[in-house]
Amino acid sequence: MKASYALRRLLSNNYSIQCHTKRTFYRSFLRQTVPLTSLRYPNLKRSGYSALTDKDLSVFEKLIPGRVLTGSSELDGYNTDWLKTCRGSSQVVLRPKTTEEVSAILKYCNERKLAVVPQGGNTGLVGGSVPVFDEIVISTQLMNQIISLDEISGTLVCEAGCILGNLSDHVAESGLIMPLDLGAKGSCHIGGNLATNAGGLRLLRYGSLHGSVLGLEAVLASGEVVDCLSTLRKDNTGYDVKQLFIGSEGTLGLITKASILCPQKPNAVNVAFLGCDSFERVLDIFKESKMKLGEILSAFEFLDADAIAVARDNLKLSIPIDDTFPFYVLIESSGSDGAHDEEKMNRFLEDMMNRGYVIDGTVASEPAKIQYIWSVRERIAEGLMHDGYCYKYDVSLPLSHYYGLVEAVRKRTQGNTTRVIGYGHVGDSNLHLNATSPEYSQTTMDLLEPFLYDWVAKHRGSVSAEHGLGFKKRDFIYHSKSESAVRIMNQMKQVLDPNGILNPYKLLPTVIR
Amino acid sequence: MSALRVLVGCKRVIDYAVKIRVKPDKTGVVTDGVKHSMNPFDEIAIEEAVRLKEKKIASEVIAVSCGPQQCQETLRTALAMGADRAIHVDIDSKDYETLQPIHVSKFLAKLAQDEKADIVIVGKQAIDDDCNQTGQMTAALLDWPQATFASKVEKNNGDLTVIREIDGGLETIKVKLPAILTADLRLNEPRYATLPNIMKAKKKPMAKKTPSDLGVDVASRQEIVSVEDPPVREAGQKVESVEELVTKLKDSGLV
Repeated sequence: MKASYALRRLLSNNYSIQCHTKRTFYRSFLRQTVPLTSLRYPNLKRSGYSALTDKDLSVFEKLIPGRVLTGSSELDGYNTDWLKTCRGSSQVVLRPKTTEEVSAILKYCNERKLAVVPQGGNTGLVGGSVPVFDEIVISTQLMNQIISLDEISGTLVCEAGCILGNLSDHVAESGLIMPLDLGAKGSCHIGGNLATNAGGLRLLRYGSLHGSVLGLEAVLASGEVVDCLSTLRKDNTGYDVKQLFIGSEGTLGLITKASILCPQKPNAVNVAFLGCDSFERVLDIFKESKMKLGEILSAFEFLDADAIAVARDNLKLSIPIDDTFPFYVLIESSGSDGAHDEEKMNRFLEDMMNRGYVIDGTVASEPAKIQYIWSVRERIAEGLMHDGYCYKYDVSLPLSHYYGLVEAVRKRTQGNTTRVIGYGHVGDSNLHLNATSPEYSQTTMDLLEPFLYDWVAKHRGSVSAEHGLGFKKRDFIYHSKSESAVRIMNQMKQVLDPNGILNPYKLLPTVIR
Repeated sequence: MSALRVLVGCKRVIDYAVKIRVKPDKTGVVTDGVKHSMNPFDEIAIEEAVRLKEKKIASEVIAVSCGPQQCQETLRTALAMGADRAIHVDIDSKDYETLQPIHVSKFLAKLAQDEKADIVIVGKQAIDDDCNQTGQMTAALLDWPQATFASKVEKNNGDLTVIREIDGGLETIKVKLPAILTADLRLNEPRYATLPNIMKAKKKPMAKKTPSDLGVDVASRQEIVSVEDPPVREAGQKVESVEELVTKLKDSGLV
């Protein structure tokens, strides 16, 4: 048995399930210096927060003995975002273990007017999880206990610092799955997922976290603990306060616990990976899949040829089918009856082939192959980092304009980028557009922004579909939200965090209209 | 010599991405409701056979699987990858529990003779029982030369030149045909079956044989005493200083 296990590991390392390597990858790129955010954005001024003193450090040391990190080399990883596009200069990282400790820390910081940035797995893509100046980092790393799992209702209650992948493994033992899944699952924390209302690969089937989160506990800037840790599906007793924290990006409170409704793990999963010759065909296939696969359709993703090239050339992944198609589609079905689903999928695929919508493709029902095919899609973000600097965009667009943006950006930035790629969740009208260059270039940036956001606004899309606004996109909020909506957001911020200590310079724009 | 006929063994095993569970009574591992797929080394074997056919070295590829009805799914995969026809040696589930490489070798040896195969390729081992015996025993039963742990196969005149993976390096050997090959991990990277080939595979012939058709007695040769989980890895300990580390190592008699 032991040898067999080792062999399985060997096999998987060799040509499949490249287990998520974000962490090690992260360390290797830190050797290159990422410019300080305060230098890259010289017009941005630090707000009037207090500066950290030795006395503050000794207070923290009393509150959470042995869990106060100082020293620049230890802090590097906490100060720099995963995309290596933002770097703060925080002097201290606090690692509380309990809600009470978070409460005591925030109460003290609020009284002292010390700014803080809550941080989970630090896999955010909009600079929201790292300090801009010297904000104190409060990491949820040590708040990683699973509190309970009700196998009948599928309700999981856990602390905010639990890693998504670990939660997936845990609930799988009881035949359940997490309602969300994303490429960063090996490092991202559930608290961060909630705070950013992360979307991911299962949204098409299980909806957004606003639906699958049943309750949560959060600590306000004042240190007050807000207990909304309900496990009920139906609870119409007044305003649904927990929803405020989902997608608040740590600006209204620090999420400490959550209860999440986990769906049943499907018995049968099929994944098809298809090549087609135009984006119109991708949409045709999507329309047909909704009709022909119906209730078993659980994901519909697309990649363009340039995205496939990232997987092939930067990650050395072999592409399951011919790598010369302009567009690729990944369709997943999940259901309870393998034979039924497979028959349905095969009939659908045969029809797509006969009509010429699909030129070539493959389909798998074996877990190892399914994982491999998914890895081609999921590891694109990692592969892009090999190019140098990545300009990352995550927009929602009506499907009729969906790929037009990629073509427009590609044309506009020609000669100023290594590549411009489009991939993402067609099923959710969510496009990931990424451009890369060997290093950050202001010329390229000026070609991309605000052009790209203007284009999205003109076609009635959203400038942030699932990544959030964070630091990098906050001033484009008016492209997608009305002035009255932003004013209400600002009022909520004033009520819940009057001193503005929670994750400053994020989400809300520099100037409120 | 005219183009060759290749026989390939394809074992159905628990998919390697699935977590293995030992049955509570320790008689084996849980297989009910667990996803299975083709033994990855056998996938490599099929791929090699199909490549031989694509290079016009082989004229026909025959896939064989021994086991219960569901082995036909494994064989369909082999057919979709490019095998021409398949033979399912049907073993009832009770006999299958105690089926050993010796039995499978006898099936393969008999089929190799019946089908007039020139090459038999099997994976070097199956990832479930890790036996690494089937290829070798088939060679013995047929009295054919064998080239195990193959990482490269070439045909030169009437012989095969095979590079083998051995401890600390590679060994190049020549074998005369007919011969047995066992496929190692680096022999090739198996393809994904394409949709047109998956559809075509449904129409390819699949013959069914029983142990008695092949004159093989599948009576159990051994008894499973107990199947156990590997020991759980114990948690590590953090030490504050080098001195403490040295003390701990000394205390536990490691230095």
